Amino acid sequence: MFYVELLLVGLVWGCTYAMMALGLTLVYGLLRILHVAQATVFTLGAYVGLLVANHTGSLALAFVAAALAAGALGPLIYRLIYQPILDKPPFVALVASIGVLIAMEDGFRLMFGPSGLSFADNTWFTTTYSLAGMVLNLVQVWIVAAAVLLLSAFAVFAARTRAGVAWRATVSDPQMAESFGVGVIGVRYLNFLIASLLAGVAGVLVGLLNNLVEPGMGGVISYKGLAIIVLGGLGNVPGTLVASLLLGVVESYGSVFLDRVMDRDAIAFLFLIIVLMVRPQGLLGKAH
Amino acid sequence: MDYYLSVATFGALNVILALGLNLISGFCGQVSLGHAAFYGLGAYAAALCSVAGLPFPVAVVAGMLVAGIFGIVVGIAALRVREDFLAIVTMGVGFLFLGVVRKQQWLGAEMGIAKIPSPLDKWGYALLAIGAAVALVLLSLHVRRSWMGRAFGAVAQDEDAARSIGIDVAGYKIAAFFIGTAAAGLAGGIYAHMTQIIVPDAFNFIQSITILAMVVIGGIGSTLGVVAGAVLLTLMPEMFRFINDYKLLVYGTLLLAVMRFSPEGVAGLVRRLARTAQARGGRRPA
Repeated sequence: MFYVELLLVGLVWGCTYAMMALGLTLVYGLLRILHVAQATVFTLGAYVGLLVANHTGSLALAFVAAALAAGALGPLIYRLIYQPILDKPPFVALVASIGVLIAMEDGFRLMFGPSGLSFADNTWFTTTYSLAGMVLNLVQVWIVAAAVLLLSAFAVFAARTRAGVAWRATVSDPQMAESFGVGVIGVRYLNFLIASLLAGVAGVLVGLLNNLVEPGMGGVISYKGLAIIVLGGLGNVPGTLVASLLLGVVESYGSVFLDRVMDRDAIAFLFLIIVLMVRPQGLLGKAH
Repeated sequence: MDYYLSVATFGALNVILALGLNLISGFCGQVSLGHAAFYGLGAYAAALCSVAGLPFPVAVVAGMLVAGIFGIVVGIAALRVREDFLAIVTMGVGFLFLGVVRKQQWLGAEMGIAKIPSPLDKWGYALLAIGAAVALVLLSLHVRRSWMGRAFGAVAQDEDAARSIGIDVAGYKIAAFFIGTAAAGLAGGIYAHMTQIIVPDAFNFIQSITILAMVVIGGIGSTLGVVAGAVLLTLMPEMFRFINDYKLLVYGTLLLAVMRFSPEGVAGLVRRLARTAQARGGRRPA
């Protein structure tokens, strides 16, 4: 039973990783940028969600506010930071992105204090269900539900809507898409908007799950998000989802069996390195 | 005086770290986001040797070799993955180093290693570090002009083209990683003996990024630019004591600003200014 519980906990983490990593892979697929600053969007979502929840007592409002704030910040980062340096070598955008992350992490610390804030009334955290001897709380249930809902919505959007088709066309061939009348700039904003909405919602959910929102919460999850999109084969959406769930489960088992040897983050990156040595193009990536 | 000596020593150590990374990323084009891990490997290896009673020079050389050997391993890994994949793998190497060291009781886990014997005085460390930094500057300038430096440049620009004209791409990549990481190990060995205490957190991702910041702010690929970047980022927190509480905020903003407005760093800025000055000078009647 213990092993099934570990699997379940791993899958829940995998779902949060998926919400984070999908956005990262979208940005990479379109612009070839490793968007580390997504962590900032994630943390902003968490703080806005927490503040709204604690002031109004409504989690629904908290999610809406978090999504709005995150949805504004992501495209703003694109416009102010990435757009002017798109033609520079790739490490330029990466270093700029890390700069945003480091500066904003310190900014959150100065604004809200180093030790983090908790939800005043976290009923999702305290509501638990027993299922065949295992205990899950409502946050974990919602994380899975949110991941399934949002990612399905994205799949429908990409497959069925006009904007989705334009988006896919731009990812596969920007010049061809442009000559067929697709507004490439609009697609980029849309891309950052989707990525940021997902990150903002994931931020609130992780805040609820730990019942803690702190300045550094986005950093590690964002680094792991990068590991996941590399693992999935950069820019590959199905690969990213598979890698997210797989990494969640590997971490979950690893942190029990390898606890004396290395910590959770090291397990994730060790797994990444081993997979890449065997398959340098990632799990589902195409060979060069 | 003690204060100036320790600032000078740290400045020199940063120059060594930054030049080592510049050799890997600037000359040879292999982006590394985990350079602090090799700094840490050198520090831990040298500290263990000294605590075990080995003489200081042996400990420092051992630190260099351990870091260099792990550098070769990462260099071999770098043959399998390229560009963005490599950036994430080297970031992973940093987290792996930290995550493993934190859990090892024989390395002191979170508490690190304390009471490392210190054979030199402040002057000794300052002279040693500055001497090593100067040696590395000369080596770096020499490598740039040598056959090896040109081969590095070819690998950085276009690996496949370099291979097609018979350059041993794998060999040069591994060589770059070995020299660069061994330099970091040397800095680690000196650092461990000077401070007499090392903890895992001194070698974390932020430290890796700080070293990278010195390289990119100085101007990636330019030896003298990188030296300027390392000295600048060492002095900045010292000169502006009041920013100490906002150190990371300033670092982050600086990184962002340099990448956004002058991606070629200080070296690029100087080159641009020199060109403008020359152009102006040219127009002036003789």
